[in-house]
Amino acid sequence: MKVILKNLTKKFQSYNKTGKSEVIAVNDFDFEIPDGKLIGLLGPSGCGKSTTLNLISGLEKPTSGQIFFGEDDVTNLPPENRGVGLVFQNYALYPHLTVRQNIYFPLENLKGKEKLSKEEMEKRVVNAAKMVQIDELMDRKPGELSGGQQQRVAIARALVKMPKVLLLDEPLSNLDARLRLQTREEIRRIQHETKVTTIFVTHDQEEAMSISDMIVVMKDGVVHQIGKPQDVYDHPVNLFVAKFLGTPPINVFTGKVAGGKLIIGTEEVMELSGVEDQEVYVGIRPEGFILQEDGPLSCDLKGVEVTGRDTTVVSTSAACLNTEIRSIMNAEIKVDAAQKCVRFALNPNKVKLFSAQTEKSIEFKAVRG
Amino acid sequence: MDKRKLKGWLYLLPALLFLSVFMVYPLVDVLVYSFEEGYNFASQSFFGVGWYNYSYVLHDPYFLQAVKNTFIIVLITVPLSTIIALVISTLLASIKGLRDLFQTIYFLPYVTNTLAVGLVFMILFKKNAYTDGLVNLIINRFGGSSIDFIDGPYWAKMFVMCFYTIWVVMPFKILILTSALASVKQDYYKAAKVDGTGKLRIFFRITLPMISPMIFYLVITGFIGAFKAYSDEVAIFGTDLNAAGMNTIVGYVYDMLYGNSGGYPSYASAAALILFSLVFTITCINLLISKKNVHY
Repeated sequence: MKVILKNLTKKFQSYNKTGKSEVIAVNDFDFEIPDGKLIGLLGPSGCGKSTTLNLISGLEKPTSGQIFFGEDDVTNLPPENRGVGLVFQNYALYPHLTVRQNIYFPLENLKGKEKLSKEEMEKRVVNAAKMVQIDELMDRKPGELSGGQQQRVAIARALVKMPKVLLLDEPLSNLDARLRLQTREEIRRIQHETKVTTIFVTHDQEEAMSISDMIVVMKDGVVHQIGKPQDVYDHPVNLFVAKFLGTPPINVFTGKVAGGKLIIGTEEVMELSGVEDQEVYVGIRPEGFILQEDGPLSCDLKGVEVTGRDTTVVSTSAACLNTEIRSIMNAEIKVDAAQKCVRFALNPNKVKLFSAQTEKSIEFKAVRG
Repeated sequence: MDKRKLKGWLYLLPALLFLSVFMVYPLVDVLVYSFEEGYNFASQSFFGVGWYNYSYVLHDPYFLQAVKNTFIIVLITVPLSTIIALVISTLLASIKGLRDLFQTIYFLPYVTNTLAVGLVFMILFKKNAYTDGLVNLIINRFGGSSIDFIDGPYWAKMFVMCFYTIWVVMPFKILILTSALASVKQDYYKAAKVDGTGKLRIFFRITLPMISPMIFYLVITGFIGAFKAYSDEVAIFGTDLNAAGMNTIVGYVYDMLYGNSGGYPSYASAAALILFSLVFTITCINLLISKKNVHY
């Protein structure tokens, strides 16, 4: 089932000492989520991602705009008639019911035509439990389960009524680092098997990038960019998106374009074409630095971190807005940590330019020397 | 005993001393009194040791009346007040505006003096030479005839008594239950809503189990409190409860000690121990039931 948001807006009234003020949590969202895909809503805290999820689930009513599931306008439908499954950040499993009773719960609510026979219910519950691999734990209470197991039960409870859309609110934030890796693969697998359109909310870009078919990058209630994770990473539309995606984050320098040359500080680092002379922000991905003795960009070396798989050169520069420049090299490249200064050449594909005024991305062509 | 243990006992000593002087010793003393037959208060002497005091108390019609009254009060007021408090707090939790105002109003009886409340009830219900009282005026209005609630038939007196008791114990229960209801995470309700759970089902399958520990706390303390009722009866019917036929077990103990027919610490002790065993048994039963039904 595809989900279409049309000019969706949600405003909250807030009252404080100075009087009434309005917060726009979701501002004019207008995009389509294709059928059967896994979509990550990504953004820093307070950007309106959870509100978006609540609007889709029907727990919140939009101030204006519409929501469609397939061809059906569900904007005014209550949550129970929308056919959504929702998994909460803290799982919200009923602590007094066993795993089995928790998964049964949504089915027991069905009335009239939708009412299921006992055998059918049992079949569905067992299937859902098997799907998330908790069929061994059916008679335990949630309190006797680990965080990861509770998460699975919550997903099973959401899946058991065969929702048209599955919504996950920060599904991994309550798990420890190892479990997080494992669980996100699990979510990917379950989504593949059930083929249910799945929307999940996260503030962790790595999480979103690694399992989503599509990510929606948001900030302050505004959608900044929608696309496949790699596309968004490679072609960020603005400085915020570039900074938000990627670990270590993109290194941002102040610089300018003058006479077909990109200048950082006083150094001409690259020749390029197709850009007018202007002040710019230069974003360089950590993997875009090439150690080269006569490289055009010089930085003060602070240290070298060896992780085995690769080597991170940590340096600083007056022109850089980050507190330190992190550049990732192949582990085979040996760096003399004693030297004061390192020189880099740049991989033009990993260099992004942004207007200093609008912070919007500037297209350019590198001229190979 | 090593030094650490000694230190531990040393810290416990003040509390132990205090408790043994003011709790354990009197308890043992009561037990001893209850078995001393024909104890004389003035000469501090007694004839023998045995079960006579218990036998006397258990055959005393005043005591049997007191037991009957106490049980009626307990069995009517504890369940009723808990259910009504639950309904009121659920309604309170579901309204938004004026909630604080209502909470304050519902809590007022708790900070009001029992005797003052009793006086008010008496004025509302009493029938005397000059007026039939407000309640009777209302009954007359609807075509009924006046009843003397304070000095009249037993059921009328019991009605006032139970009404009063429920009214007095309610505020505390509402207070506890509203905070218990408020502590149930909203996510549970949201999850239930997304799953299309009906309102009644939400209440019985989610809300009630979630606050069940608090409900059982209220039931147990309610039982204990109602078994120990005395001042409420005095507030409405005056100190001569035997005459009014509205005595309670604690009232009987008091009368045996200090009342007009008093001066019998042995009978009082026996009655007190019977009350103790009653409360103890019922509390044990309560705890057993609650273990089965209270979740987590």
